[in-house]
Amino acid sequence: MKPLLLWSDVLIYILVLALCLFFLRLRRDPQTREHWRRVFSTRLGMVTFTLILVYVGIALLDSLHFRRALEPVEGAQSSEVFYNNQVTSALDVMLVGMGERFERTYSAPFALKSFAKQNMKDENGLLYRDFPLLDHAGRHLSKPAERWADVVARTLWALVFGLLISAVLVGVQWAFLRRSALPWYASWATQTVVICLAVWLVLISRYYHVLGTDRGGVDVAYQSIKGVRTAVLLGTLATLIMLPIAVTLGVMAGYFKGWVDDVVQYLYTTMSSIPGILLIAASVLLFQVYIDLNPDFFSTGMEKADARFIALCFILGVTSWSSLCRLIRGETLKISQLEFVQAAHAFGVSHSRIVMRHILPNVVHIILITFVLDFSSLVLAEAVLSYIGVGIDPAMGSWGNMINSARSELSREPVVWWTLSGAFFFMFVLVLAANLFADLVRDAFDPRTGSGVAPA
Amino acid sequence: MLTYIIRRLFYAIPILLGVNLLTFTLFFVVNTPDDMAVSQLGAKYVTPEAIQSWKKKNGYDRPLFYNPDAAGSGAVTETIFFAKSLRLFAFDFGRSESGRDITTDISTRMWPSLAVAVPSFVVGIWVNICVALLVVMFHATRLDRWIVFVFVAMMSISYLFYIIGGQYLVAKTWRLVPISGFHAHGQFWKFLILPVLVGVVAGIGSGARWYRTLFLEEANQDYVRTARAKGASEIRILFRHILPNALIPILTGIVVLIPSLFMGGLLVESFFGIPGLGSYMLDAIKSQDFAIVRSMVFIGSILYIIGLILTDISYTWADPRLRLD
Repeated sequence: MKPLLLWSDVLIYILVLALCLFFLRLRRDPQTREHWRRVFSTRLGMVTFTLILVYVGIALLDSLHFRRALEPVEGAQSSEVFYNNQVTSALDVMLVGMGERFERTYSAPFALKSFAKQNMKDENGLLYRDFPLLDHAGRHLSKPAERWADVVARTLWALVFGLLISAVLVGVQWAFLRRSALPWYASWATQTVVICLAVWLVLISRYYHVLGTDRGGVDVAYQSIKGVRTAVLLGTLATLIMLPIAVTLGVMAGYFKGWVDDVVQYLYTTMSSIPGILLIAASVLLFQVYIDLNPDFFSTGMEKADARFIALCFILGVTSWSSLCRLIRGETLKISQLEFVQAAHAFGVSHSRIVMRHILPNVVHIILITFVLDFSSLVLAEAVLSYIGVGIDPAMGSWGNMINSARSELSREPVVWWTLSGAFFFMFVLVLAANLFADLVRDAFDPRTGSGVAPA
Repeated sequence: MLTYIIRRLFYAIPILLGVNLLTFTLFFVVNTPDDMAVSQLGAKYVTPEAIQSWKKKNGYDRPLFYNPDAAGSGAVTETIFFAKSLRLFAFDFGRSESGRDITTDISTRMWPSLAVAVPSFVVGIWVNICVALLVVMFHATRLDRWIVFVFVAMMSISYLFYIIGGQYLVAKTWRLVPISGFHAHGQFWKFLILPVLVGVVAGIGSGARWYRTLFLEEANQDYVRTARAKGASEIRILFRHILPNALIPILTGIVVLIPSLFMGGLLVESFFGIPGLGSYMLDAIKSQDFAIVRSMVFIGSILYIIGLILTDISYTWADPRLRLD
C-alpha cells in the first residue's frame, strides 16, 4: 500500500482545518454566538447541518487516497513491489469492494439477471439467446423466488446493526449534551436514519446492486457516493478562491474611494458583463488544450483529472467574484461613514488597523451568507458544466457526468430509470439541505431580517 | 435623459474594450496561435511548415499587439489584436474556424432563440407573480411555511432533471407534443410548448419565492396598515395597494435580463434540438471554435450593458421622483 496525495486532498484537509479555526475564532464573539445559537435552536437547522456534515465526512474519507500493492508475480526475481494504477480511497475500503463488482452492462435494482440478452450455450453446446445471470447479484440464492424474502431478512438484520451502532453513538452524545437547550434530538434522529441507511447499503450491496448498474456495468449507488467528494470540494473550494479577491477589492473600493473605487467598479462591471458560462467554458477548454499538449506532467489518469478539477474550481472562483465584491463595497461605504470609524481616524489609527479591527468584522456576515448560499448553486452548476462538456474529467466520478451519460436512457424501451435516480437523490438531498441551512443562516445573520433591530 | 443615455453609451466603450482585452488574452496569449494550430490540425500532422501554413491561412501569422515591420498606422492595424478583436466593435465577426460567416449564422439563429426565450420569460413572470400573490394570501400560516419549503425543494432540483423529466412525462409517456425538434413554419408552436413549460416550471421555485419576499416587504409598509384601518378588504389591499408598489422592484429587477433573451438558453436549446444561439454556442464550445465563442462573448456583454442602461431608465419610469443626470 502506498499513499498517494492528490492536490485536491491536501486542499480539502487544509480547508476543513481553516473552517474549524475560523468558527472557533467566531465563537469568541458573543454576538456571533448568539446568531449561531439562533440557527441551531431550530430543528431544521440541526437536521440540515447534520446532513451537510455527513456529506463532508464522506468527502473527507474519500480524500484519503492510496495505491494498492500488486500481488508479486510467480517466479519474479526482484523484490521490488509494484503498485496498482487504480487509485483507492478509505471510502472504497469502507464500502467493501462495492466499486469492484462489475457486471457486463445494465441491470435493474435488485435484479438477478442482466438487462440485455446475450448469446449463450447450454450444456449440449446449443446456442440460445437469454438474459444472463449477473456475476455479483443473488449468487448465494438457491432459487430466484427466494430473492425478496432474502432482501427483507437482510434489511432487518441491517436495521438491527444500524440501530445498535447509532444507539452507542447517540448515547455518547447524550451523556455530554443532555443539559443543552438546543434541539439535539433532531440531529440524533437524522444520525440514526443516516447510519441505518449506510449500514443497510454496505451490507446488502455485497449480494445485490441496490440501484442497479449502468451501461458499463458499474454499480450506480457506488458512483453516486463517489460523486459526493467532487460536489463538496467544488462547492467550497471555488467560493474560497473567490473570497480573498472579492473581499480585498470590495473593502479597498469602499474604504479608499476615489480612483481605487473607480478601478474596482470598472473591473467588476467588465467581469460581470461577460456571459459567465462562456467565460468558464473558454477557460476550461484552454486549460484542456494545455493538458493535452503537456501529457508528461501527470503520472496517473487520476492526477490529470485532479489537475483539471482544481483548474475548474479556480476558474469558477476567479469568474464569480463580482457580485460579492459589489455587496462588500456597498457595506464598507456605509460602515466607513459611521462614528466609530471617524473616531478611529481622529485618534490617528492606521488604515490597515481600521480595516482589520473595524471594517472586516462588520462585513463577515455577508461573507458567511455568500459562502453558504453559493455552495448549493455551485453543486448545481457542476452538473450543467459537465453536461456541456467543460466540467469534471470523466475519469473522476461526478453527478454531472452520471447525468450526462444517462440522459438518453429514459427514451429507451423498456425504460432505464435507475441510473438517473442515484445522482438525483444524492444531489437533491445535499442541495436541499444546503439551501435550507443557508436560509436559516441568512435569517440569523442579516440585520435587516433578524430581530436585531427592535421595532419602534 | 438623452444626454444621460449618450453618456452611458460612452462609458460602455472602456468596458467593452476591457472585455475584448480579456478574451484576447485568454484566446491568444494563454493559448498561442501555435497551440491552436496544433489542436486544429491534430497531433499527427504537426510539422513546423504545416503550422505556418495554417496560421497564414487563418490570419494568425502576425504579431499580437505591435507590428514593427509594417509602415505608418499598419504597425497597429496589421496585428492579431486589431484584426481579430477590435473588428468586433464594427460588428464584423468574420468567419468561424470552419469557414462559415458568423454574422449570417447569428442573424438566422436569433429567431428560434427568441421564439423560445420570450414566451418562457413572459409566461414565467406572470405565473410567478400569480403564485406569489396566492402564497401571500396565506401568509403566516402553516400552509405558507410548507409552500416555501416546496419552493426551496424546487430550487434544489437541477435544471437538467426538469428537462429530462418533462421530456419523459409530456412527450414520451403522454405523447402530447414532439420530444424535440423545430419547425420554422406552420405548426411551430407544437415544438415550443414543452421547452416553454419546462422553463416556466423550473423557474417557479426561485422566482415565486423572490416575489413573495418583495410582496411581504410591501405588506409591512405603513400605507398598507392605513388601508386596512380604513376598512379596505384584504383582496383590495393585495391587488390595489401591494401589487402596483411591488411591481416597481420586480420591473427594475428583470429589465436587465431582457436583452439577454437574444442569447437563448444553452441547455433548453440543446435538449430540444432548437437551432438557436444557445445551441450555436454549445456547438462552438464542443468543437472548440474560438472565433464563434469570441463573437458571442462580445455580443453577450453588449446586451448586458444595454440591460444596465435600460434598468436605469426603468427606475425613472417607475418612480417619477428619480431624475437621471
